[in-house]
Amino acid sequence: MSERNEGRKPKVENLAMQAPDGLDPGSRRSLLVARPSGAWSRFKRNRPAVLSVWLLAALLLLMVAWPATLRVAAFAGPNGAQFSQTYDPDHLSDEQFQPPGGRHWFGTDVHGRDLLSRVLCGAQISLLVGLVGAGVSLVLGVLWGAVAGYAGGRVDSFMMRFVDILYSLPSIIFVIVLITTLEGVLKKWLGGLAAPGLDRTVRLLFLFVGLGAVSWLTMARIVRGQVLSLRQRAFVEASRALGAGPAHILRRHIIPNILGVVIVYLTLTVPAIMLYESFLSYLGLGVQPPMASWGSLIAEGADQMNPIRIYWWLIAFPGGFLVTTLLALNFLGDGLRDAWDVRGGNG
Amino acid sequence: MYFIKRLVLLPALLLLISFLAFLLVHVTPGGPFDRERQPASPEIERALQVKYHLDEPVLKQYLRYLGLVWEKDPHGRWRHSPASFNVSLKYRSHTVADIIAQALPVSLSLGLLGFGFALGVGLPVGYFTAVRRGRWEDYAGSLFAILAVCIPGLVLAPLLLMLFALKWRLLPVGLWTSPLHVILPVTALGLYFSGKIARLLREGMLNTMSAEFITTARAKGLSETAVLLKHAFRLGVLPVVSYSGPLLADLLTGSFVIETLFQIPGLGLHMVNSSLNSDYTLTVGLALLYAALLVVLNLLVDFAYALLDRRVRYE
Repeated sequence: MSERNEGRKPKVENLAMQAPDGLDPGSRRSLLVARPSGAWSRFKRNRPAVLSVWLLAALLLLMVAWPATLRVAAFAGPNGAQFSQTYDPDHLSDEQFQPPGGRHWFGTDVHGRDLLSRVLCGAQISLLVGLVGAGVSLVLGVLWGAVAGYAGGRVDSFMMRFVDILYSLPSIIFVIVLITTLEGVLKKWLGGLAAPGLDRTVRLLFLFVGLGAVSWLTMARIVRGQVLSLRQRAFVEASRALGAGPAHILRRHIIPNILGVVIVYLTLTVPAIMLYESFLSYLGLGVQPPMASWGSLIAEGADQMNPIRIYWWLIAFPGGFLVTTLLALNFLGDGLRDAWDVRGGNG
Repeated sequence: MYFIKRLVLLPALLLLISFLAFLLVHVTPGGPFDRERQPASPEIERALQVKYHLDEPVLKQYLRYLGLVWEKDPHGRWRHSPASFNVSLKYRSHTVADIIAQALPVSLSLGLLGFGFALGVGLPVGYFTAVRRGRWEDYAGSLFAILAVCIPGLVLAPLLLMLFALKWRLLPVGLWTSPLHVILPVTALGLYFSGKIARLLREGMLNTMSAEFITTARAKGLSETAVLLKHAFRLGVLPVVSYSGPLLADLLTGSFVIETLFQIPGLGLHMVNSSLNSDYTLTVGLALLYAALLVVLNLLVDFAYALLDRRVRYE
């Protein structure tokens, strides 16, 4: 590490949020960050993580390409139109509960819809909800945590008590209340003029807000702990002594130094939010039919369970996609964490 | 002293939580009677509202919830009106305490068993993956742990049901009556957390194993087992301990997915349904139960922390 680097991007102490204040500051859990180039080469050597990146990229490609193919095929003569109709995720047909086979690779569901198509279209919703929800939690958590940590004193303890109190409310009650409230407000606003498609989009938006709103707490705690410890470091004090204002200090010193932790924690938030979304869809609070997400597909499959015929593909395929994606995201998160040598992102 | 102070603060926190939860459920649109048969006339509906005091301002309703309302009776005397926290608005022949008393034991046993499963699987896996770092045991164990973390109960439970209960007919499909009924739900519930615990323990152990006092202990000539179990494990398990508090609070208050899929009459169902039904008092009651559990468990966690790591001092 060059000297210049040392001055700019110092090691950060004690990221471990779980450690109570009294824990020995000299203990070894206190390392972090530094040269991005080193981090990058470390990351590239982590085979599962690199594989995960490719897997996620492939999934993204498939997710975009499949609906596009269907759309294009509709214009390609009668055969193409037939093709695009058979595999349209919303097209109902008489071929109900077909097991996976040559015509329908993943089988069909209770309404005779092609499951492959529904899984791939569900991927859009699931990933979108995961990413946007994580984004919401990122913005809220980082702002809240950074302000609390930087302001310190009474402001800090007030803000963190607020987080503590939200923590001790069962999150499921909070989400249900939030989503139903937003819905009620919307109905009052829009009245009768809402277009049918709009309703679903808005429902999705609620999902983003609701999921973001319950998952920013840990991020806020982590960021606050970071900022708190950074604020007292010599290089920040030196900067302050040189006459730098809070904005400059935040931009030049605090934010670059918490970036690693935040990114790592973000990659672990996305799977958590995707899990939560599947849970909400199972409750019927998530995306509304005929829209599908992996969670709602699994829920539909679970509804069709009966002792006489076993429609395993209804659970196995969406579940498999969900598990694989979660796995890839977790490997990616672990890889980034190891590459940056960030500790305590597990919250 | 520190712990006493926190215990004293508990009622204040619960009061705050109850107020917040009360406000939250009251601002949500819709009332407890919305999903019922339409009353024969508006008068009946109004009478219902009046009977349960839903026509009053929220603040007064909250005071009534706590039993702090005195009202004039027809004779002009001030009378204390009974507290309403125990009156379920949805299951009107039951009290909130009744409902919780029925479901809590089931959720407690399911949650404790799930927690036991998570510890029973997670701790050994975490320990051995840390001790055998870089060898095949580590890779196998770590793979298991990360897989467990990525298979949600929502996926695992239906698959287990299809295989063991519907296809091979080895285990019962649902209900909560015999030890055989316990196996599938506990596995489905606990697997995720066992993975989580294994990962936390591995991480914690690896962090402690590089500390100087471990080298010292080795240099003193302690056997490897003693070093690992008495020193490394003792501190390495701390992250697991602090994770256990919130985890137990979650598990003990029920899990909706597992309970619906396996037809187990636990608290998780009420947790979700009460807020969907706008059953105000039941929701607040459950929120209080959860908060109380969380606070007490976190207190226990801190206590365990101080026992395990003597460097920790609370003030």
